Amino acid sequence: MTYLRHAHIMSGPLTAALVAALIVLPLLAGNYLTYLTIQILILSLFALGFNLLFGYTGLLSFGQAGFYAVGAYICAKILLVQPSLLLGVLGGTVAAAVVAVLLGALSVRHTRIYFSMLTLAFGMMIYSVAWKWRDVTGGDDGLVGIPRAPLKILGIASISLSTIEHYYYFVLVVVLLGVFFMYRLVNSPFGLSLQAIRDGETRAPFVGMSVTTHRLLAFTIAGLYAGLAGALLPPLENTVTPVMAHWTTSADPILATLLGGIYVFSGPIVGGALFIIIKDLIVRVTVHWSIVLGTVVIILVMGFRGGVAGIVAGMVARPRAAPAPAVASK
Amino acid sequence: MDTIGYQGLIGVSLAMSLWLISAGLTIIFGVLGVINFAHGSLFMVGAYMAYTFYGLLGFPFGLSVLLSLAVAAVLGLIMERGFLRHLYHLDHAYQLLLTFGFVLVLDDAVKIIWGGVFKIPPIPRFLDGAWPVFGRPFPVYNTFLIAIGILVGIGLWALFEKTWWGRVVRATASDREMANAIGVNVPWVFSTVFVVGAMLAALGGALGTPIRVAAPGIGAAMIIQAFIITVIGGLGSLKGAFTGSLIVGILSAYGTLFFPIFELFFSFVIMTVVLLVRPQGLFAHVN
Repeated sequence: MTYLRHAHIMSGPLTAALVAALIVLPLLAGNYLTYLTIQILILSLFALGFNLLFGYTGLLSFGQAGFYAVGAYICAKILLVQPSLLLGVLGGTVAAAVVAVLLGALSVRHTRIYFSMLTLAFGMMIYSVAWKWRDVTGGDDGLVGIPRAPLKILGIASISLSTIEHYYYFVLVVVLLGVFFMYRLVNSPFGLSLQAIRDGETRAPFVGMSVTTHRLLAFTIAGLYAGLAGALLPPLENTVTPVMAHWTTSADPILATLLGGIYVFSGPIVGGALFIIIKDLIVRVTVHWSIVLGTVVIILVMGFRGGVAGIVAGMVARPRAAPAPAVASK
Repeated sequence: MDTIGYQGLIGVSLAMSLWLISAGLTIIFGVLGVINFAHGSLFMVGAYMAYTFYGLLGFPFGLSVLLSLAVAAVLGLIMERGFLRHLYHLDHAYQLLLTFGFVLVLDDAVKIIWGGVFKIPPIPRFLDGAWPVFGRPFPVYNTFLIAIGILVGIGLWALFEKTWWGRVVRATASDREMANAIGVNVPWVFSTVFVVGAMLAALGGALGTPIRVAAPGIGAAMIIQAFIITVIGGLGSLKGAFTGSLIVGILSAYGTLFFPIFELFFSFVIMTVVLLVRPQGLFAHVN
C-alpha cells in the first residue's frame, strides 16, 4: 500500500497571475483563441469532476459523457422554451446530478472493476436514448438553433451575451467558481475521507466511514460537474448532438486528467489546456485524431503515470509534499 | 405463436456471437483478473480479417476464419507480452486505461485501412439458403452459428476440465502464488489464456460478419453488450456468460420485432434488475 498525498504546483501569486491573464485574454486574442479558451475552461471543469472520482476516490468512470450530455440536452431544451441562460445552465446541472445519484446508487456498491464496466454501460445507455428518442432529442440530428440567451438576474437586469467575449466571461466566472469549490472540497474532511477510502477500502469502515455513501457523494458531484460543463456548451455551439454522450467523449476528461496528472489538484486543468491545444494542432493535419489519442494514452499509462503536472510537482517538490507517485494503491 | 418461436430462434443465433466474445472476456478476467476493453476490438479485427481473406482475396471460408484467428492471436500476444504484463503490479485502473487506449487505436486503424463504411462479406455457398422452421424460411447460416456456439461451449468445457492445460489454468486462477510455487509457469499461462480469449473474440467476429456487418464501431458496440452479459451472468463464469448471452440475444431479437426504438434499452433494464436483485450476477464466480 502506498500513501498518496496530492501535490500542489500552483502557488498563490501564480494562480493570481493566471486568473489575471484569463481576464485580459479576450482583449488581446482574436475570436478563435477566445473560443478555444472557452473549450479549455469547459474541459477543465469536466476533467476536474472526473478526477474527484478517479484521483481522489480511486473510481475510474468511463461514462462521464452521459452526464455531460444530460447537462447539455436539458440546458438546450430549457433555452429553446425559456431563453434564460442561468435557468438553462442550472437546470442542466441539476438534472445531471439527479441522473448521477440514480446511476451511482447502482454502480458504487461494486468493486472497482465492475464500477468501470457499469459506468461505460450506463453512459452508453444515455447515448442510446439520445440517439433513438427522436421526438425529444432530435435523434442523430440533435437539437439545433439553441439561443445564446441573455443572463437574466432575478428580473432586475438582463445582460446580453451574444458576443463571444461576453459569453467567455460568463464561462470564466462559472469555471473559476467551480475550481474554487472543488479546491475547498478536496481539502475538506470529506475530501480527505475520500482519499482514505481510496487507500484503504477495508480500513475506512473501522473508523466509522461509510464507503458507499462517500463514493455515491463523490459520484454525484462528479456527475454535477460533468453536467455543468455540458450545460455550458449548447449556448456556445448553438447545437447538441448524441456524440456528446458517446464513450469516445468520456475519453476526453480521462485523457486530459492523465495528461495533466492524477495526483495533482491542478492536473486536470493543465491537461485540459494541453488536450485542446494538441487536438487543435492535430486535426489540422489529419482526421484520425483518435489513433493519436489512443497512442498518447498508451504511452502515458506505460511510462508517465504522473502526467505533466506530476513531473513538475516532482521537480518543485518540497519535503512536505511528496512527488506524484507512479503507483496507486493496490 | 410461430412468430414468437421463430424470432426466439433468431435470438439464439444472435446470442452465439455474443457468447463467443463474452466467453473470452470472462476467461481472461477469471485467470488474469484483467478486464480487456479492447476485447470488442479483437472481435472487430476478426470480422475485418474474415471479410478481407474471404470477401476480397477469395480464400476458402474455413481457411479465412483460421487466418483471422491467427491474426487476433498475434495481436493478443503483443498486447499481453508487450504491454499488459508490465502493469499487473499496478491498480486495475491502469490496465483498463491501457486497453482503452488500444480501443482508440484499433478503431481508427480499421478506419484508415478499410475506410469508414461498413462491409458485409458474402455467406459461403455451402451455408447459404434456408430451411422451413415454424413455417418460415430459417437461414442455414444461423443454424450453423448455433451449432458452432454449442460446439465451442463443449470444447471449452473439455479444454478446462479434461486437459493438462485446463488443470494448470484452473490452478493458476484459484491461487496464483501456489501455482507458481509448484512449478507452473504463470506468465506463460497468462499469455496462453489471453491468446485463447483473443481468438474466441475473433471467432465471434469472423463468423458473425455475414449476418451482422463489419463496421468501425462494432468493437465498442460488442464490448458493451459483452459487459452487460457478464454483469448479468456473473464475471468469471462461463455458465454465466452462456446464459447471459442467450438472455441478451433473445431479448434483442424480440426487441427488434416489437419495440424497435428501445431494442438496446431492454438489455440495460435486465442488467439493472440483476444488479438490484443479485448484484454478483446469476452465476457468481467465487474466488
